Amino acid sequence: MTRVLLVMLLAATATPAFAETIAITGGTVALGDGSEPIPNGQVVIRDGKVVAAGSIRMKLPAGTQVIDATGKWVTPGIVAGFSRLGLAEIDLTASQEEGGGKSDTSGAADDTTSNGPFSAAIDVVPAINPLDSTIAVNRADGVTRAIVAPGAGKSIFAGQGAVIDTGADLEPVTAARKFQFVEMGETGAAAAGGSRSSTFAMFRNALREASQLRRYATPVQSARNEAPDQREQPVVRDPNESRLYNGQRNNDVLLTRYDAAALVSVLQGRQYLFVHVERARDIINVLNLAREFPGLKLVLVGASEGWLVADRIAKSGVPVIASAVNDLPSSFEQLAATQSNVGRMRAAGVKVSIGMIDDNDTRNLFMERQYAGNLVGLQKIPGATGVAWGEALAMITSRPAEAIGMGKEIGSLAPGRRADFVIWSGDPLEVTSAAEQVYIDGVRQPLETHQTRLLRRYRDLRRRDMPEAYRH
Amino acid sequence: MKLGGIAAVLATAALVSACANGEKPKTPAIAVNEDPYPSTYVRYPGVPTVIRGATIFDGDGHRLDRGDIMIADGVIKAVEPNLMVPAGAVVIDGTGKFVTPGIIDVHSHLGDYPSPGVSSLSDGNEATSPVRPEVWAEHSVWPQDPGFSRALVNGGVTTLQILPGSANLFGGRSVVVKNVPARTEQGMKFPGAPYGLKMACGENPKRVYGSKSNMPQTRMGNIALARQTWAKAVEYKRKWDKYMAEGGDDVPERDLAMDTLKGVLEGKILVQNHCYRADEMAIMIDMAKEFGYHVTAFHHAVEAYKIADLLRDNDVCAVMWADWYGFKMESYDAVKENIPLVQNAGACAIVHSDDPNYVQRLNQEAAKALADGRRAGINIPDEVAWEWLSRNPAKALGILDRTGTLAVGKMADVVLWNGNPFSDYSRPERVWVDGAEMYDANNPKKRPVSDFELGQPGEGDVK
Repeated sequence: MTRVLLVMLLAATATPAFAETIAITGGTVALGDGSEPIPNGQVVIRDGKVVAAGSIRMKLPAGTQVIDATGKWVTPGIVAGFSRLGLAEIDLTASQEEGGGKSDTSGAADDTTSNGPFSAAIDVVPAINPLDSTIAVNRADGVTRAIVAPGAGKSIFAGQGAVIDTGADLEPVTAARKFQFVEMGETGAAAAGGSRSSTFAMFRNALREASQLRRYATPVQSARNEAPDQREQPVVRDPNESRLYNGQRNNDVLLTRYDAAALVSVLQGRQYLFVHVERARDIINVLNLAREFPGLKLVLVGASEGWLVADRIAKSGVPVIASAVNDLPSSFEQLAATQSNVGRMRAAGVKVSIGMIDDNDTRNLFMERQYAGNLVGLQKIPGATGVAWGEALAMITSRPAEAIGMGKEIGSLAPGRRADFVIWSGDPLEVTSAAEQVYIDGVRQPLETHQTRLLRRYRDLRRRDMPEAYRH
Repeated sequence: MKLGGIAAVLATAALVSACANGEKPKTPAIAVNEDPYPSTYVRYPGVPTVIRGATIFDGDGHRLDRGDIMIADGVIKAVEPNLMVPAGAVVIDGTGKFVTPGIIDVHSHLGDYPSPGVSSLSDGNEATSPVRPEVWAEHSVWPQDPGFSRALVNGGVTTLQILPGSANLFGGRSVVVKNVPARTEQGMKFPGAPYGLKMACGENPKRVYGSKSNMPQTRMGNIALARQTWAKAVEYKRKWDKYMAEGGDDVPERDLAMDTLKGVLEGKILVQNHCYRADEMAIMIDMAKEFGYHVTAFHHAVEAYKIADLLRDNDVCAVMWADWYGFKMESYDAVKENIPLVQNAGACAIVHSDDPNYVQRLNQEAAKALADGRRAGINIPDEVAWEWLSRNPAKALGILDRTGTLAVGKMADVVLWNGNPFSDYSRPERVWVDGAEMYDANNPKKRPVSDFELGQPGEGDVK
C-alpha cells in the first residue's frame, strides 16, 4: 500500500489536464483579497487558472465538472507567509527544555547550515523534499503554497529562499531564489560576533563587496522600458552560473566570492531582502538602510514591536510578515509584544501578513488560520486592535504573496491566478473546520498522510487474527 | 506537616510497646518535616457574584443552557437554572456567553523557563545528573514571569503545575500553583496540593547524557538506571520505616533525592512521567508495578492512542497536545485524533501546553481535537470535552476535591468567556480565582502587570 500510495503521489503532477473547466457552486466564497465572504458564490477554473470567482453566474461550457459546495466554504489555498516547510522531517535541536545535548536529527533536517563555508550563496531549493510528511500534513489542512527561508548558520546571511507549492509531486518550486534572508536583531548580533553594531558593519561590508561585482551583472532594465521591470518580477540566475563568479575582486574581502555574487541581485533590487528584526529601534535602523542602498526591496520579518513604529513602516511602504499572536517578552527585543501588533500596524497602513517566525516553522503552518481567527476575535476585546475577517484571511493568502511580488500569481481567487483553492467544511478561520478538498494549479490533491493512515490502523484496538502491522 | 505528625504518633506507639517489654526505652523517632516551604497563599477578597443566563459547562460532563451560577466566600455556591439573587450580590448578564471552570495546565514551565528567555533565568533542568529527584521546581520558579498573566487573561488558566524539564530520568519535584500574582512562589503555591515527581523516558535523557558518554546513552540505559534508583529508594524507605516504627539513636542519613522517591512509594507524591511512545509507556507501567508505585499521568503521550486500553486498565491519564507532531523522532507518530481516541477508550484524557504561548489557547487545542474526533466518528459533546481542560487535570494533580469542576463548595475558579470557548474567536471576559476577580476585559485595572514589565514599553497594554 505504501508503494501504491507513492505511485499515486507521483502520478499526480502539478500539470493540470488541459481545457478542463471546473465550477464550484453553492458555497460561501471568500476571495482572499481582503473582501468579506460571499454566500452562495461560484468559482470557475480552467486549465489550472481561476477564470472568475465571487457572486457570479457564468455560462459553463459543456463538460464542465461541477462541484457542489453547498454548506461549505471556498477560499484560496493558505500561503504560509514565512516558513521552513519541506526542510525537515524531524528537526529537534538542543532546546532549553531538553537541557542541551547536541542536535540529533540524523540527517532528517536541512533547515540550517551551521557548519558550512557559505552563507548568502546558499539556495534553499536542494533542501526541499516535496515528499516530506510535513508537506502532506499541511496540504491536508489547506496550505497550498509556502514561502520557505533557510535558517541562519554562522553568518547573518541565511541564504536564498524560495516559494513552493505543497502538491503531491516531485516539483515543489514555484519560484527559486526569490529572496535573501538576513538576521539583523538578536540572532544576527550573535552571528556577527556579539553586537548589532557588528551586524550592521557586516551587512554594509557585504553589500560593498557585492557592489564590486555588480558591473559584471545583468543591468536592471530602466522603468521606461516596456518590458516588465525586473524588480517587479525578479528572476535571479544562480550566481554560480553567471559571469559574476569570474569578476575581479579586491584582496581585502570577508565574503567568499560565491556569497558576494549572490548579494548582487539584492543590491540591484532584483531579489527581495527579508530582514528578521523584532525591536522598534532595529526596525528603524533597517528602514534607514533603504536610504543608503536605494535598490533594496525590503520585507520585514517578525517585527514584534512594529506597532511602536507603525507610522514609519507604513510611510516606507515596506511589507511586514509578522508573528500573529506572540505577546510575550520572550527576549529583550520583544518587550512590547502584543497580539494587537498586527491589527495596529494594519490600522496604520502597513502591509501586514502572517508568518510562523520561530514557531514550529517546519511543520505547523496550518496553525496560521487559527492565528488569523484569533486576530478576528481580538476585535471584541476592549482596548485591543483586531482584524476584520476578510483581511485576516488575506493575511494568510494574498498579502504574503503580494509581499514578494507574486500577488498576481497566487494567494487569491482573482481571474488569472493559479487555481489553488480549498473547500472547507465551514469557516476556515475556525479551528473546528477542516479542509475537505484541496486543489493546486487546478489539480485535486490527495489528503492522506502518515497520520491519517495511523488513525485508520489504530481506530479500533480490539485484537484480531493478525497484528496491527497487517492493517493497511 | 500533618503527615509528619502521624508518623510521630506511630513512633510513640512503638516506644510504648517497647517499654511494656521491659527493655531500655529507645529515643523516639524524629519525624522529618515534609512541608518546609509551605504555601502562604491566601485567597483575595471577592464579592458575592451571580452570572445569569450563560451556557455553563460544569467541567463534570454537564451542560446548562441559560443557567445561573453564584460564587461567594471563595467557593461555588450554586449552579441552577433560576437562582434567587441574594441582596448585595453583583449580577452579571451572561446571555450569549459561556461559563466554565478555570483551565488547569498540568504541564507548564512558567517561572522555571520564564520570559525573557535569557540563560540567567533558565532554571528548569538540573542537567548535571540523570537522577535528580532532590531538586524542587518551586525553588526555581520566578513569580515575576510575565507568562503567568498571559495564561490568566488570554487563556483563562487558573491553576498550573510547574515541572522541571525532561533532561533527567528523575527531573525533580513539581509544584502546583494558583495563577495569582505574588511576591514569592510560596504566595502562589496551591495549599495542600500534593507534589509531583517529574520522570522522563525516551530521547531526552539518553541524548543529554549519552552525548557526554555518560549513562544513559540508550533506552535500555534509561530503564536500567531508573530501576537501580528505585531499588535504592525501596531500601531507603525500608530503613526509614523501621526507624519511624522503632525509634532509636541510629537516625538514618537524610538523602533528599531518596526522600522524594520515598514519597512516591508512599503514594504522597504523584508521578508525572514525560513519555511519548506507546511501547515505552507500557514499560514504565511495569516499572511502577515492579517497585510499588503508580504512574499518575504520561505527559506528551503522543502515542497514547495506540495503548488507550492499557492506560484505561491501569488508571493512568494521558496528557496530550492536539496537533503537535514530528519535532522529534518520538513524536513522529502523532495523530490529530489522539485525545478523543483516548477519551473514547474510557481512559483519562488531558490537554496540556508545555509552552508559554500555547497555554493561552488550550481551549482552542481542545476544540481542534474535539472536531477532529467527530470527523473520525467519535461524537463527544462539548461539555464532556471540557473535562480535558479542568476535571481530568485536577484529578491528575490530586486536587479534584477542591477545584476542576463547578460543584457546589469547590474553589470558585471560574471563567466567563465572551463566546463559545471552542471557537478561536472567543476569549475570557472575566476570570475568578477562589472567588476573587483577577481579570476583567472591560477594566484595564484588572490586568496583572509583573514587576519585570513596569516602566517597559507596552506596560499594562492588552496582550
